[in-house]
Amino acid sequence: MSSLVIIDSECANLNSIYKAAKYVALEPVISDDPQTIASARGIIFPGVGSFAHAASLIDRKKLTGSLLKAIKAGIPFLGICLGMQLLFARSEEAGLNSSVEPAEGLKAMPGEVKRFPAKLPVPHVGWNRVQPVSNDPLFGELDRNSNGGAYFYFTHSYYVQPENRDYILGHTDYGFLFTSAVKKDNLYGVQFHPEKSGPAGLRLLSNFGKIIADKKD
Amino acid sequence: MLAKRIIPCLDVRDGRVVKGTRFINLRDAGDPVERADFYNREGADEIVFLDITASVEKRRAIIDVVEKTAEVVFIPLTVGGGIDSVAFMQELLNSGADKVSLNTAALKDPGLIQAGAERFGSQCIVVAIDARRSEQRKPDDSLSWEVYSHGGRTTTGRDVVEWAREAEKLGAGEILLTSMDADGTLDGYDNNLLSTVTDAVGIPVIASGGAGTLEHLYEALTKGKAHAVLAASILHYGTYSIAEIKDYLSQKGLPVRPVKN
Repeated sequence: MSSLVIIDSECANLNSIYKAAKYVALEPVISDDPQTIASARGIIFPGVGSFAHAASLIDRKKLTGSLLKAIKAGIPFLGICLGMQLLFARSEEAGLNSSVEPAEGLKAMPGEVKRFPAKLPVPHVGWNRVQPVSNDPLFGELDRNSNGGAYFYFTHSYYVQPENRDYILGHTDYGFLFTSAVKKDNLYGVQFHPEKSGPAGLRLLSNFGKIIADKKD
Repeated sequence: MLAKRIIPCLDVRDGRVVKGTRFINLRDAGDPVERADFYNREGADEIVFLDITASVEKRRAIIDVVEKTAEVVFIPLTVGGGIDSVAFMQELLNSGADKVSLNTAALKDPGLIQAGAERFGSQCIVVAIDARRSEQRKPDDSLSWEVYSHGGRTTTGRDVVEWAREAEKLGAGEILLTSMDADGTLDGYDNNLLSTVTDAVGIPVIASGGAGTLEHLYEALTKGKAHAVLAASILHYGTYSIAEIKDYLSQKGLPVRPVKN
């Protein structure tokens, strides 16, 4: 049994997440095998690229069922970047308020994915602060209140808007406050890239490892 | 608020760093992995490797460099130099690069930008532009700059604003803009060039060429409106550390990611 499964979403940052998880002494495996996913103690769901392309890949690999089952079972689950957006049902990148190829996400998190307003430089790329709105172990030992939260590395053009404010775990200022981390029970999502966010990112991944370990006990 | 990024650029030839004298506390000053990790620990926001390997046979050395760097450095890595196919982009990204920087090959075949952006997403595609002040002025008498290829050796006859806009339209996620007039002078970035391009495109622009003082960096980020500054000489020759740069910019009121984050 593997402790941590990184879902093989065939995206460019798969190896970076693997290396970062390994660096903080987690024991990750990269897999798209339903049995491996079913026996996972924790899951990381990475993604970069377009919403529609990633959604169709999940579909083609028949991963939807396995992922939803794991989420429903309460296995600690962390969606990263597009992997977070795919937890939602719909995106303006694919079908929502637009004419481009409609695609559906996992619908595990109620809400929508929206595009940044045109007046802002898009993509939002670089280091920005994440201010956690509650005391959650995912942000344990990370700068919280003193000066607006720790910096993480972002690169994206769309952001999530949960239906229920209770699901907002952290937000970030990009001319307005957008949701940069979500949580619903053991289901987490972060818009930034912890695997590319230096010490703060490694700390967050290590915290996720602790959440997995605590769940096991 | 989005932090202004400080990005060290390492020139790599045949898998070895070829510039700089500062690294007395490193076992091997020519090892790009050690150099990248040094800057990473100093608080760099990103690392750029510029591969200046001349022979095609030795190109693979950069893959090995990226792979080893990505084992220990967990900030974004960009690789530029001689990238002329989607297949090579794929290899670099698979080995741990986060972005690839296209230059000459994109000028020859702009479709390469689009192909890369469609395959890997715009966030992976940086278009590097080498620009030199043109004698000719625009019809409205404003300054103009011409784009050069092949490491600045070949004139293309293209206008920098026009090319930057086309690159953005084709799917570039960032522009790495080098002033050939300023490069190596330590007299400051070409802020006219920078603000002209930052005003013309919606994607982030990284300033390159000319940094000699802390003030220069500040001006590129304010007058030039750049989102990030690339620095080589002032870091490699030890004029300033990244911590000194960030302290200075922070005191001047610019948002930077603290070295101890």
